[in-house]
Amino acid sequence: MSAGSSSASRHWRNQRLTALALVPLTFWFLAALLRQPALDHATVSGWLARPLQALLATLFGAALLWHSLQGIQVVLEDYVGGRLHTVWLTIARLLHLFGAGALGFAVIMLLRSGAA
Amino acid sequence: MRPPTARPLSPHLQVYRLLFTMVVSMMHRVSGLFLSVCSFLYVGWLVAVSQGPDAFARTTRFFSSLPMRIVLALALAAFWYHLFAGLRHLFWDSGIGFGKSTARRSGAVVLAGAALAFAATLLLTPAGRFLAGAP
Repeated sequence: MSAGSSSASRHWRNQRLTALALVPLTFWFLAALLRQPALDHATVSGWLARPLQALLATLFGAALLWHSLQGIQVVLEDYVGGRLHTVWLTIARLLHLFGAGALGFAVIMLLRSGAA
Repeated sequence: MRPPTARPLSPHLQVYRLLFTMVVSMMHRVSGLFLSVCSFLYVGWLVAVSQGPDAFARTTRFFSSLPMRIVLALALAAFWYHLFAGLRHLFWDSGIGFGKSTARRSGAVVLAGAALAFAATLLLTPAGRFLAGAP
């Protein structure tokens, strides 16, 4: 993925797309969180189990993790060369993959609890 | 997944005299890496919400502890900084604001904007009371 000029320009464009997506999504999350009347479990799960809110929470998490990995990749390309580059990039990818899995798991559980 | 050995690494930072615009740029990367870590806090928090009242109460206690409140305050500051500095990058990407004096001025706007927005969030929203340790 890190070889060739077309993948580099795709990475460049995708990093800007996730950046732009994160502007409204982060404001949505902060505003919605700070507007909850209380931060107990019933209130918060009631908020996040609504389908549109669950979708936004998923998009926010996905854009966050993707943008995070894109940024880490750029920093690694600038400062870490050789074998260590592959090692760190692989660690970062695995962690973000795990994060995406946990995000999906959490949202499915939330939606199930909201439907029950 | 070959390492890009053909690409040059960034020149070593210590050979340069530190300039204001360099500090603004480095802080963008540092705040970004810090927010990377914090994105996993978001996922963890969401998992806690999905696991029921007990797990959520434990997680709330964890996030209310002093070390975590410091982390969250830093995350809020890093978010505002990274947002303003990121917008500056998007302007650069569209070819706007490359002059040396313009870059210094936009760097100052980034710092001032982030500081103001951070202060406003602390003073005008419930975030300030939570981070100060209110129950």
